[in-house]
Order: sequence, then C-alpha cells, then structure tokens
Amino acid sequence: MNNTADKFILLFLRIITYAIVLIIGYILFDIIKNGFTALNWQFVSSFPRRSGAAGGIFPAIIGTLYLVVGTIAVSLPLGIGGAIYLAEYADQGRFNSLIRLAIVTLAGVPSIVFGLFGLGVFVLFCGFGPSILAGSLTLACMVLPTIIVASEESLRAVPKGFRDASLALGATKWEMIRTNILPYSISGMITGSILGIGRAAGETAPILLTVAAFYLPKLPKTVFDQVMALPYHLYILATQHPEADRIRHMQYGTALILLLLVLGLSLGAILIRKHFRKKFRW
Amino acid sequence: MSRSRKQHITDRLMRLLLVGAASTSVLIVCLIFLFLFKEAGPFALKPGLGKLLDSQWIPVSFQEEHFGVGPLLSGSALVTALAMLVTVPISVLVAIYIAEIARPAEREFLKPFIEILASIPSVVLGFFGLLVLAPFIKTTFGLSTGLTALTGALLLSLMAIPTIISLSEDALVSVPYALKNASLALGASHLQTIFRVTLPAALPGIVAAVMLGIGRVIGETMAVLMVTGNSAILTFSPLASVRTMTATIAAEMGEVPFGSVHYQALFWIGIILLGITFVLNIIAQRVLKKYGMMK
Repeated sequence: MNNTADKFILLFLRIITYAIVLIIGYILFDIIKNGFTALNWQFVSSFPRRSGAAGGIFPAIIGTLYLVVGTIAVSLPLGIGGAIYLAEYADQGRFNSLIRLAIVTLAGVPSIVFGLFGLGVFVLFCGFGPSILAGSLTLACMVLPTIIVASEESLRAVPKGFRDASLALGATKWEMIRTNILPYSISGMITGSILGIGRAAGETAPILLTVAAFYLPKLPKTVFDQVMALPYHLYILATQHPEADRIRHMQYGTALILLLLVLGLSLGAILIRKHFRKKFRW
Repeated sequence: MSRSRKQHITDRLMRLLLVGAASTSVLIVCLIFLFLFKEAGPFALKPGLGKLLDSQWIPVSFQEEHFGVGPLLSGSALVTALAMLVTVPISVLVAIYIAEIARPAEREFLKPFIEILASIPSVVLGFFGLLVLAPFIKTTFGLSTGLTALTGALLLSLMAIPTIISLSEDALVSVPYALKNASLALGASHLQTIFRVTLPAALPGIVAAVMLGIGRVIGETMAVLMVTGNSAILTFSPLASVRTMTATIAAEMGEVPFGSVHYQALFWIGIILLGITFVLNIIAQRVLKKYGMMK
C-alpha cells in the first residue's frame, strides 16, 4: 500500500532534478545558438567600431586574457605556498586557526566588496590607477582562498609513507617536500587552482572599479594601462548602450566567447586532472 | 658539514617563505576591513552616521541628499528571501535524489552537469535574465516591465542552487551507513529511511549550506544589477522594481567624485555587506564544527 505513494515521491524527486537539468541545458542552448550566429573570424579578431555596435571584440578578449595571466601570476605562488604551510608545517595552534579563519572569511567576501577594496588599496592608495595591475591584484585576492583549499586537498592526498620514508633517509623537511610531495601533488594543485581562476575570468564586479574601460580601441602597453574586458563589455552592451535593442547579436557573441573561455578553462583543468589521477594511483 | 649547514639554512628560509605566503590571507582580511573603514570613515564625522538611517536613498539632489540605506537593505532582503524560498526546497530535494536515489552512472552525469551552472559568469546569467526571463515574467504577470525583484530572485536562485546542492549532498553522503542500515533493518522503506533518518541526521550540514548560500546570494552583484529594475524604494512586493546594496555600489561608484560624501556612503554599504556575510559565514562554520561535519 505504501508502494504507490513511494513511487510517486520518487518520480517527483526525479522530475525536479531533471527540470533543473533542462533549465541549465536551455540556458546553454540559448547562449550557444544565438551566439553562434554572431561568431566569425572578424568578430574575434578586429577592434570594435561605433562604440561596440559594430566590429569585433578583440581588445576585450586580450584584456581578459591579460587579467587571467596577471591573476595566476600573483595568486598561484601565494596560494600554493600557503597551502604547503597549512598541510605540512602547521600544527593545531592559534596561528593556524587564525589563518583558517581568514581563508573562510575571504571566501565569503562579496565580489563587489573586493572591488571597493581594490579601489581603495591598489587604485588609490598604491597609486596604480585603474590598470591591469590593480585589477589582477584584486582578482588574485578574491581567488586566493579557492587556490589554498584546492592545493591543500591535493597535498593531503599524497600518502603519509612518502613523507616518512624521505625523512627517515635524513632529508630536511623542505627536501622532503620538494622531492617527495610536490612532484605528486603539483598537477592537482594547478588544475584545482585553474578551476577557481576560471571563475574569476567571468567576474565583473571587482574589475568594474579597478580596471575596466568600455571603449578603448588600442591594446595596453604596460601593466599600468586600462584594458577592456569581456564581462564588462557584455554588461555595457546589454544595459548601457544606446542601441542595446538593435545589437543583440553583438551581445550574444560576447556572451558566448566569455562562456567558452570560462567553461574551456574549467573543462581543460578537469581533463588534465583526470589524466593525472590515472597516472598517480596508490 | 658545510653541506648540512646549507641544507639547514635553505630549510629555515623556505619555512619562512611559506609562513609568509600563508599569512597573506590574514593580511588581506585585515586590509579589507582597514581600507573600507578608512574610505568610509569621514562620513561618521560629517554628516554623521545617523544619515544612514534616513528613509530614502537620494544620493544626488539639488536640494538635500539622502543616504538612507533602509530601502537598499530591504531590496537585498526581499530578493534574497525570495531566492532562498525557491532555492532551498529544490536544492535539498535534488541533493536527496543525487545522494540517495540516483544510480552511479546517473550521479556521474548529474553532478558535473549541475556544476556547470556554478561556472557560468554572473553577467552571462544576468544577460540571459534580461532577454529571456524578464520578458517571460512580464507577460506571465501582465506587468509593464519584467525587471522585478522576482526576476532577480529567480536568477540568484540559479546561482545558489549548485552550491547548496553540492554541500547538502556532502552532508547526506556523510551520514554513517550504520544509521541507514539500522532503519532499513527495522523494516522502514527506502524513502522512510531517507526522510526520517538520513535527512534529520544531515540537517546541520544542510543548514550550514543554506547559510553559505544566503551569503553568496546577498553579495551577488551583476545579475541583480541587470534585472531588478534599480529603483531604490521601500517595498515588499515581489513584482516591484527594487535596488539591492550590491547593485547600488556597482551602479553609482563609477560616477561619484572620489572622497565625496556619496563615495563614503557607498563604502558604508560595503561595510554593511561585509558584516552580514562575515556573520553568516562564522555561523555556518560554527554549525559545521559543532556537529563534526568539518572536512
């Protein structure tokens, strides 16, 4: 007698789950289908004209790539270094829990607050002005907790025996880490980190106040220059542009390129991780 | 002897470097608080913090400016509450399905597919909301504009769903098998076990997941900026246009003169946001720690 009710509830749960799957599928389909019609070589390789209503989005793509590279350059060494300390050196003391509290806090800070922070510290106080440098540093602060958490997980996956064996042979702690831990965990650390950084590439709020220029028909020369960026470009085209209703194809094209960049980074990281997981198995 | 000395020095040096790297997080958190208060500070002296309690937010005016954060706070609260109303039941049910019912192959597909939603940039979701969801809301409810609190809430709910599903699923999976098996052995059905044993046992983890979800939703900027209509009025109607705290900062910071009263008021909004997410985060961590669900 309970069986029909059970079956009904099971069906209900399944319907809800697949409704979510359908919605995600529809969003992707809508962006890909409409974006695809706007894509051509000229769109990704030329400069915008008529303040973005025509031409391409080349400088925005380049700007976003610069920001991603800048963010990686700052956050990867700091994040991985921090994770090594937490996984290999830290004991359960005060300092350790202070660092963990800071990481958790940082992970919860809203992206627009990072924007305010970047504006206050890097743009104004350090005097970098709105620039690639200020934007990359702001994004790096934002992704730091993700990188630390991912890297620590990868370090902890290395079996304890590897550490003991190395120390028993007389290696110092750093030698043990360098020869017996890092070779097996570095790939996991980097791929985990790229997943976090991919998300930063799509962020708009932090770069809104620290780097982004809407219409800048030239490429940056130094790290102190402003750049165009894909997320900001899409935001302006879709909401602030006087011809917003008539340039939907430009907007969809930008959205698709941004989506491909972010999903591509994540997908690449996931594939690499799969490869290495097969290689190192114990 | 000299080699071992060199080894020793390298070892100490590396340790120092790594401590330094680990300390950056603490430094950044301190700098965030310091600089938000530094930029917002002068507002407390002139015109005084009482101005933040005004009932209106009219930062630019020929007569008298008003910096009341009330309407913005209510905008954020309304959108967040609506979003959670939609998100929580859906996410928990989907998490139950994935953790307890789906076959392994199905799980292998569902988990990464739902993760994709988390990696779609918020500005792209906002764009989708603007072109697809807003017109839908407009025709469904016969409104003059589809840019409403509800539209923003539905988009935010899409953003929070993957986070809450994934954390709730972790909580469900970490319930000990012994509990489930005991329930099954006593003759309870699969579903009875799920709803009367597994779910209650995983509740603290789910509560923490919801807290973190609220923190994320309240801090989201671009999607709400694009679809909630941006009118700073005090309202509790889901079909009215509202403006959230995050959207206000993003929309107005670009146009204010640095150091002006308006500029400082925007930093106070940032401080309020930071305070809210900080408290939610701490509570979530406490809950997880108390029930031993910390990884």
